Amino acid sequence: MELLNRSLRELHSLIKRKELKPSELVEAVLKRIEETEEKLNAYITVTDEKARRKAKIADEELTKLSEDEVPELFGIPLSIKDNINVENVRMTCASKILENFVSPYDATVTKRLRERGAIFVGKNNLDEFAMGSSTETSYFGVTRNPWDLERVPGGSSGGSAAAVSARSALASLGSDTGGSIRQPAAFCGVVGLKPTYGRVSRYGLTAFASSLDQIGPITKTVEDAAYLLNIISGQDSRDATSAKIPVPNFLDALNGEVKGLKAGLPKEYFVEGVDPEVKERVLKVAELLEKSGVSVEEVSLPNTKYAVETYYIIAPAEASSNLGRYDGVRYTYRAKEYKDLVDMYCKTRAEGFGDEVKRRIMIGTYTLSAGYYDAYYLKAQKVRTLIYQGFQNAFEKVDFLITPVTPETAFRIGEKTDDPIKMYLSDIFTIAVNLAGLPGISVPCGFDSKGLPVGVQLIGRAFDEETILKVADFVEKELKLNTVPEL
Amino acid sequence: MKLSREEVLHIAKLARIELREDEIEKFREQLSEILNFVEKLNELDTEGIDPKFSVVPPENVLREDVPGLSLPREKTFMNAPETDGEFFIVPKVVKK
Repeated sequence: MELLNRSLRELHSLIKRKELKPSELVEAVLKRIEETEEKLNAYITVTDEKARRKAKIADEELTKLSEDEVPELFGIPLSIKDNINVENVRMTCASKILENFVSPYDATVTKRLRERGAIFVGKNNLDEFAMGSSTETSYFGVTRNPWDLERVPGGSSGGSAAAVSARSALASLGSDTGGSIRQPAAFCGVVGLKPTYGRVSRYGLTAFASSLDQIGPITKTVEDAAYLLNIISGQDSRDATSAKIPVPNFLDALNGEVKGLKAGLPKEYFVEGVDPEVKERVLKVAELLEKSGVSVEEVSLPNTKYAVETYYIIAPAEASSNLGRYDGVRYTYRAKEYKDLVDMYCKTRAEGFGDEVKRRIMIGTYTLSAGYYDAYYLKAQKVRTLIYQGFQNAFEKVDFLITPVTPETAFRIGEKTDDPIKMYLSDIFTIAVNLAGLPGISVPCGFDSKGLPVGVQLIGRAFDEETILKVADFVEKELKLNTVPEL
Repeated sequence: MKLSREEVLHIAKLARIELREDEIEKFREQLSEILNFVEKLNELDTEGIDPKFSVVPPENVLREDVPGLSLPREKTFMNAPETDGEFFIVPKVVKK
């Protein structure tokens, strides 16, 4: 276990000094997966044989490399959310419709990690097609929260967050369309970073809502998040929305120099309906920063209360189009019996998709259909402009924002499954960040009286992940929380 | 507002999802609730506001037209439910 608590940087340094063999590290992670999976169900697929084989090759290769030739992830096992392609490994998106789909190629992020020497140990559970906030919509069963097995890990990247928390993954990549990295990170007491839209290539990420989707790291520490962000960031000719903006060394930002920074507390994020314990822990972070020389002022994001509604028009609309491809022709699942081509489409999709995915496809289909487009879709895109401008105005005054990640800590399994809208509202504080394309990070900032982790969200200007990483790292080091659950 | 049974069936048809009898009523309830929920946006005056379809500036992304490799055929068809190795096979659409 001790080994599994080490940072990526420490593990890299042990490996390059040849004090640790890749196979030892891979075995340690696989053993931990074996110990915890029965309780957690954080993985859909474990690629143990492949990982062992790769580790053995890495052991050999390592003997031929000098210390400074060892790439920064050499021999380090990682896990990936099961909606990101890893070549020749099954990718289900937690859906029956892709139960037997095998990735024909690597996503750009996967390729970049692989090129730096990473070894993949498995694919993490998620809500079906990343649509959900609890990992309960997975066709492969719910993932359980390592802090309380009766509670959800959050979602949609619930498997990644639970695995990192339980140390059955050293680090993982998730995807975040409305909070799917940050919310599970908060529920499981780990770090989750959603980079700026365009910072990380999405080539090979299964598309859900293309104007909102972004890949990012889920890690034990802020330093690990910066470590992985360094590797996965940057323009990619295969994703035209990836930005031609230089990538700094994010680790350099972690220097504790927070003095003189300006923080904003958006008053709309501290309203009624937020658990008082969550509010208290988050405000404690603001106090801590203020004592350390950060100026803290109240700001207003006036259209915050429309963010969830805006999202639940835009995201389903884009999803209804993106998921049109699962029609029984190219992607594995096809209904057994049907009358003709159209009947084959309809039956394949009826049998292959779960309820939440069907709901979103139908909502999106409706709001994009003739006669309703202006009233719903166009209206939502206009409100999005207002939400975006709200952030722009706030960032004229402050350098970053401090908010809760979620209105409450992890809820019970089954608590919200019968009420889609109640579930949607659990993303109320993360969604606007995606609508505005900004970077946001979730960092543990304490526990509630039930012993469940509470997260604080730091939101930065577009392409300024450095500031939020710097502050997050500072907060993490000041608070020195024990974020390892007893399991 | 509440969707009618016919509207739900029409949406499902457009979405190419067959609904079972018991699903029709369930989705009628749930989709209506979601649509009522998002209608809150109508409180906001958006007269004269431009829509923001994407946060990325609307610029063309150009590159040199260089020939390269595309996905090899066996990879392209590896997940096909029915294929002869050269085509995706679908039920016949042209009637004799």
